[in-house]
Amino acid sequence: MADTTPTQRGAVSLEKGGVIASSRQKEFRRALQSLTTSRWALIGMLILLVVSFVAIFGPWLAPFDPNRQNIMMRLLEPGQTGAADLTYWLGSDQLGRDVLSRLLYGARVSLLVGVAAIAVGGTLGTVAGLVSGYFGGWIDDVIMRLGDIQLAFPFILLAIMFLVVLGPGLVNIILVLGIGQWITYARIVRAQTLSLREKEYVEAARAMGDSTFSILFRTILPNIVAPLTVIASFNVAGVILSEAALSFLGLGVPPDVPTWGSMLSESRDHLLSNKWWMAVFPGLAIVFTVLAFNIIGDWLRDFLDPRLKENS
Amino acid sequence: MWIFLARRLLQSIVVLIGVTLVSFVSLQMGGDPTYLFVSENASFEEIARARKALGFDRPLHVQYLSYIWNALQGDFGNSLSYRQPAMDVVLESMPATIELTFFSLVLAIGLSIPLGIYAALNRGKPVDGGIMTFAMLGQSIPNFWMGIMMILFFGLYLRWFPISGHVAFLEPLFEGDLATAFSNLPHSIYYMIMPAIAVGTYTLARNARLIRSSMLEVLEQDFVRTARSKGISERRVIMYHAMRNAWLPVVTMIGLEFGFLLGGVVVVETVFSYPGIGRLVFNAINQRDIPVVQASVILLAIIFILLNLIVDIIYARLDPRVKL
Repeated sequence: MADTTPTQRGAVSLEKGGVIASSRQKEFRRALQSLTTSRWALIGMLILLVVSFVAIFGPWLAPFDPNRQNIMMRLLEPGQTGAADLTYWLGSDQLGRDVLSRLLYGARVSLLVGVAAIAVGGTLGTVAGLVSGYFGGWIDDVIMRLGDIQLAFPFILLAIMFLVVLGPGLVNIILVLGIGQWITYARIVRAQTLSLREKEYVEAARAMGDSTFSILFRTILPNIVAPLTVIASFNVAGVILSEAALSFLGLGVPPDVPTWGSMLSESRDHLLSNKWWMAVFPGLAIVFTVLAFNIIGDWLRDFLDPRLKENS
Repeated sequence: MWIFLARRLLQSIVVLIGVTLVSFVSLQMGGDPTYLFVSENASFEEIARARKALGFDRPLHVQYLSYIWNALQGDFGNSLSYRQPAMDVVLESMPATIELTFFSLVLAIGLSIPLGIYAALNRGKPVDGGIMTFAMLGQSIPNFWMGIMMILFFGLYLRWFPISGHVAFLEPLFEGDLATAFSNLPHSIYYMIMPAIAVGTYTLARNARLIRSSMLEVLEQDFVRTARSKGISERRVIMYHAMRNAWLPVVTMIGLEFGFLLGGVVVVETVFSYPGIGRLVFNAINQRDIPVVQASVILLAIIFILLNLIVDIIYARLDPRVKL
């Protein structure tokens, strides 16, 4: 049997491909079914779709330029009509900028920061966790102690310390928030790698002479993607909250980029004069987006590991 | 026990050194740190003089060692805006922050335990659904926005609570003036209610969920079944057998929670103009008063590390399965 012809081998791999494809289809169908039967998950997905749609098409949906100041139209209440018969549906801010337009543009920044920071932190943490778990020894010790040191800081303080020196900016905030997350991924990936490296199929890959790189990224990594997606989903929610808090403190993106956090920061000075719309709408946008990611995270966790199911 | 203590203490020292290293590196990341300590329109000569005076002209390792040496003595340099030692400024604001953090922790843990247990005992019923929906929402609301909404509704509209300010409790207590401290206490709590709810809601929500799932798990275990089969009343089974085990995960989290709450306090204090370390950091950020930011962050990190050490010891005492 060892002497298979190329055609036979091709047939075997085709057949194997077919099996994988059909099992993937099955898994996808199961996910879809679980999603449609869970009311919460459906709501979360719907919110996420709306926010993503707004983030992509915001500039076309916005009735005004989000940065156009019009001092004559400042602090208009929601629904009031300004010049050229254009309605400020969610009111205007202290510089006469349209709250709705800024909100629509802000979705882009929130999602971008959330996803990009997770990409940075997830990649760093995964590589560190794989190396730490696979090689063990002093490399493992060094990486994990570094993580302990980072966890010794309440994260927001660490972010404040770096951003005060580096200065606010989109790239800086993504890097700081991303680097702040690496240890979460590293710990999970390390734990999984520790148990996986003893499995037969990893030993088989080693025996077949696969390179360490290939073992780490082609053999081990695909088997730990599931828990990573769950953490990533919760993490996006956490990162969006942190970004809002840092923008609120004036350490987020530059003032000409509208973000939900900085809109809330600006609303502070107008609370006493009861300009509630400046605070209510950006806050609701954050709450719904974070809620959606939290719900999806819950659903993913239950779907991938029904033993952990919490909300039966 | 002593070996465990020594090992944990050693770990904490290593982490503390790491903390100073991180804060030192953060100072160096933006290039020459001298520029952080001089005004924007300083001349070359003034910058050079400041560089020498602050010691930034020395090799990095010498700078780091002297940084640690000074930090050990609580010397983080002078505050650029207050013109007095940064640590003194920070320590002045500390009691108010500790009061608020502690109060929100008590509020969050105190409410999350009954809520979590009640939800677990009524699993699947509408009340469970209600508590869990509240918990889900509580984990999605930014604490500072919650503060703003409470100011708008309970402060400005209903006029139930003050929207800013603080009445000191710990300060007179530290000075030995017990009478003032305890006569201040009710006012102090009254002023802290809204900020504490804003800071603590996330923790309350997360712990309620944690306790619920932990309780559900414990209720299915053999020792609970044994207790029930011995004919012990349900109330006793829950109060004495199940609860004791169900809240272990919460105890483990308390140290971390305190750190998390401290982070939250920093942001929420600015919303309520609460005169603690958070508002100090916020103002220091705006005035680029680096020594105050550094001293605050390091002091908070030290408190956080010490608390975690204490919690580990308490945890080991509570759970005999953890060997000391």
